Amino acid sequence: MKNFSPFVIPFTVGLIILLAACCIKWVRWYRHFTPVQKSQIRKNLISVNLIRALVESVNECLLHHRVFRRNLMLGYMHGSIALGWFLLIVTGAVEAGLEVHGDRHVWVAVFLRYFVHDPEAVCPYAGIFAQVMDSLLLVVLSGVSLAFVKSVYHKVVGMRKVTRHTAFDLFAKYSLWFIFPMRLAAESATASLYPNGGWLTDAVGSLFSVETARLMELPLWGLYSFSLGLFFASMPFSRYMHIFTEVPVIFFRRLGVRETDRRSGYTMYELSACSRCGICIDDCPLNRDLDHKTVQPVYFLRDIRYKRPQLETAEDCLMCGRCQVECPVGLDLISIRRQMRDRGTLDTAGTYDYLEKVKPFNAIGRVGYFGGCMSHLTPGITESMKKIFDAAGQKYWYMDENGSVCCGRPLYQQGFSVQAAELRRKNTRLIKDSGVKILITSCPICYQSFTKEYRLEGVKVMHHSEYIAGLIASGRIVVTRGDESITYHDPCELGRGCGIYDEPRKVLEASGRLLKTGQEREKSLCCGHNLGNTLISFEEQGKIRDSALSNLTAPAPDIIATGCPMCKKALGTGNDLKIMDIAEVVARRLIFS
Amino acid sequence: MKHNIVIIGAGPSGIEAAHCLAVSGEHVTVFEKMEDPLENLRNKAFLFPDFTSASELTETFRTKLQHPYITYRGGTSITDMERMDGRWVLTTDRGEKIDTDDVILATGYRPFDASRKEELGYGIYNGVVTSLDMEKMLLRGRVVNSIGDLPSRVAFLQCVGSRDSKVGNNYCSKVCCITAAKQAVEVKKLLPEAEVFIFYMDLRMWGQGFEEIYRSSQQDYGIRYIRGRISEAAGTFDGKVQIKAEDTLTGLPMKMSTDLLVLMVGMEPSEGTRMLAGRCGICGEYGFARSENRHLYDNVTSREGLYLCGSCKRPMCLEDVISDARSAAMELLKSR
Ligand code: SF4
Ligand code: SF4
Ligand code: SF4
Repeated sequence: MKNFSPFVIPFTVGLIILLAACCIKWVRWYRHFTPVQKSQIRKNLISVNLIRALVESVNECLLHHRVFRRNLMLGYMHGSIALGWFLLIVTGAVEAGLEVHGDRHVWVAVFLRYFVHDPEAVCPYAGIFAQVMDSLLLVVLSGVSLAFVKSVYHKVVGMRKVTRHTAFDLFAKYSLWFIFPMRLAAESATASLYPNGGWLTDAVGSLFSVETARLMELPLWGLYSFSLGLFFASMPFSRYMHIFTEVPVIFFRRLGVRETDRRSGYTMYELSACSRCGICIDDCPLNRDLDHKTVQPVYFLRDIRYKRPQLETAEDCLMCGRCQVECPVGLDLISIRRQMRDRGTLDTAGTYDYLEKVKPFNAIGRVGYFGGCMSHLTPGITESMKKIFDAAGQKYWYMDENGSVCCGRPLYQQGFSVQAAELRRKNTRLIKDSGVKILITSCPICYQSFTKEYRLEGVKVMHHSEYIAGLIASGRIVVTRGDESITYHDPCELGRGCGIYDEPRKVLEASGRLLKTGQEREKSLCCGHNLGNTLISFEEQGKIRDSALSNLTAPAPDIIATGCPMCKKALGTGNDLKIMDIAEVVARRLIFS
Repeated sequence: MKHNIVIIGAGPSGIEAAHCLAVSGEHVTVFEKMEDPLENLRNKAFLFPDFTSASELTETFRTKLQHPYITYRGGTSITDMERMDGRWVLTTDRGEKIDTDDVILATGYRPFDASRKEELGYGIYNGVVTSLDMEKMLLRGRVVNSIGDLPSRVAFLQCVGSRDSKVGNNYCSKVCCITAAKQAVEVKKLLPEAEVFIFYMDLRMWGQGFEEIYRSSQQDYGIRYIRGRISEAAGTFDGKVQIKAEDTLTGLPMKMSTDLLVLMVGMEPSEGTRMLAGRCGICGEYGFARSENRHLYDNVTSREGLYLCGSCKRPMCLEDVISDARSAAMELLKSR
């Protein structure tokens, strides 16, 4: 056979294993998509979303834009290897297309220099190709070197902790690292014998004597092929499967596929799309404040993927969403965590009989107000809302003043999906029967539930910060601006959960002097009392809270404001700082005309 | 200016210590941040366990403070103190430096700020008051609800700000159980028709005569004790307070509306105690001042010439405060 040498066998075998395993996995997972997910894909298949997905794939899988935003060095490390290698493959294929005619086996492009000794003779651009390929190789090598430095000195890429990998992942990683130096050595050996090198391979090749080059050429190509084969064969079973799953995840997501309450085929894609980069570790409050080392998504997803999920890991998470903001793959980490907490089948018959006693109310012409269970422990908030409604001349129906029904989200987050649905059904009926067109809530937990887990068509759900901001903007209430300084705590559920960052700030700026803090908006710190975690102790919650407080108190404000009754309680625990809800801040400064 | 002994704080403990030293021939200066001494005691009506009128005691202490060897400096707070060349140098809020051999810290406690337990509605609903407010009403001899009428129901809640890790105070304040029993009896004396409830975790009737008050409050005054903490309070449209609690003896949740909810607030170290104990490096748990040894040297500190007495160390009842003040004076004299 022309253009064949036995040394290509390891590479070829590896490639076959890789492609076969990928295909099998892809097809199997796709078959486990829910009917809704599949119909989403069909519905959006021919749309501009496809182009968006393509752009995102290039941005994230090759350029690693999100990683760059986090840390330049880390971005360079990921980007140089991914993009560099990708271009090496593409350029190599093009070059092979121009230089080899007939017998163009898959391995020919990969080992081109071995098979084409005098490229200039067949292709006028061969010289340019050689220079370009060498430069690309250097880019990849620089990325690999950085990865090596990172493994001993994490700070170089701005990480405090890095992933503790399994032995198998390490094996795959080392075979990956091995590929490029081997390629350089093999091509250089050949370049010292034939005129087919570029600037780099020529330079390295000049270090070989002709005898050594003759002796070493074949073994070096063999090692190169072997490391490629090893890496390819380990890819589908190691973290490197992410290379082949990130792109489909991006496409599915762009086509409207979302995680569901139960694990689906899409979850399987997401699980494998995690590159175990470990970026989610550093900012997790459980890591930062409590040194819980095994619960972050990187480990949690790995445990599920390798079928050794730990219930404790599933439970030990605040669901604060901080990791999700950092994850460069944009995985839906919270939903996957929730799926693992599935307690829907637990028998709770009879527990919800009391729901029947809550009677409907005709509230046509009013707005609905839902304080939420937590607001019952913070009457300062609900009383302030009453004042604000009165000042705006707004008739309202305080839906859960007596005999309240929980929105269901605390149960839902703990995996009681069926039970939560029961509460949702009741509240949905109450809301629909009441005839309200606007439902306002002071609790971001309820707000997230109403907007995402309920189907309340025809009812506009608002967090009280949105509502108050609207009242101020339209002049329905007037507040005097005081000179007290305020820092604002973004509640996880409101900020990262629902993307509401601006309205609370607008309201506070209208009432006082809003100061900036070091970590705010999507980077804000959890108050530690998020309902997501029922495992950590009161003392542990306290440590997380104190971190959040040190961020909030750093600018020495007169008032710390927040928009969540839960956060308000949490932040005020064990101290006598002045913690207020935005509704209270406003209610104190109302001017009645 | 030279002073032999400075006492910071003119509550019962500061005055008692000053008086003991004065009668032993020492010259003492007493600093008090308020103009008038005995801030906390003046707001009390009757004292447990024997219902002595607090004003009697106040008068006695005022007389003691008149001793010719005592210089009283009201309205002056000490903002800093430092040990220099074997003496203490104190700084007042007027920037004055006071140089003295010995200092007795009698800076006492402050009542817990009940609005920190927001779910109980203090500062939000007028029907929710603290034990201090109740004491003032008793002092005036007139207990009224939020709209100025005589209440038909009064509920007391124990352990507000004490034994509560949520506010960071895990300790028992020691005096509020018996104070609630005492106040309940007084309310009942004023308003025999009213229903009076006391919500408690457990009752700590540790002192002489306490148990008797507790028993008589039930037998003679019909006061009802319910074991369980109140989880939340909400105002009603007619100015009452609706409370939710769990009766932990029957295991049943309960709701009740009441005219007055009285929060039995605990004791926390006063600002002065926190600050000065911190400055002197004798800050103990929860911000109270720490003595050298709870058994043998409870008035002495790790700092030479610095003594402690009274509730700057921990929650104490009046009887204990007074004995403690005497023992602090004795410790100081011993070292002379
Ligand atoms: S979950 Fe995201 S951030 Fe964490 S290791 Fe996986 S890819 Fe990286
Ligand atoms: S959601 Fe929060 S607590 Fe849970 S793993 Fe992510 S960062 Fe950590
Ligand atoms: S004395 Fe009674 S009311 Fe006061 S803290 Fe102790 S147990 Fe609670």
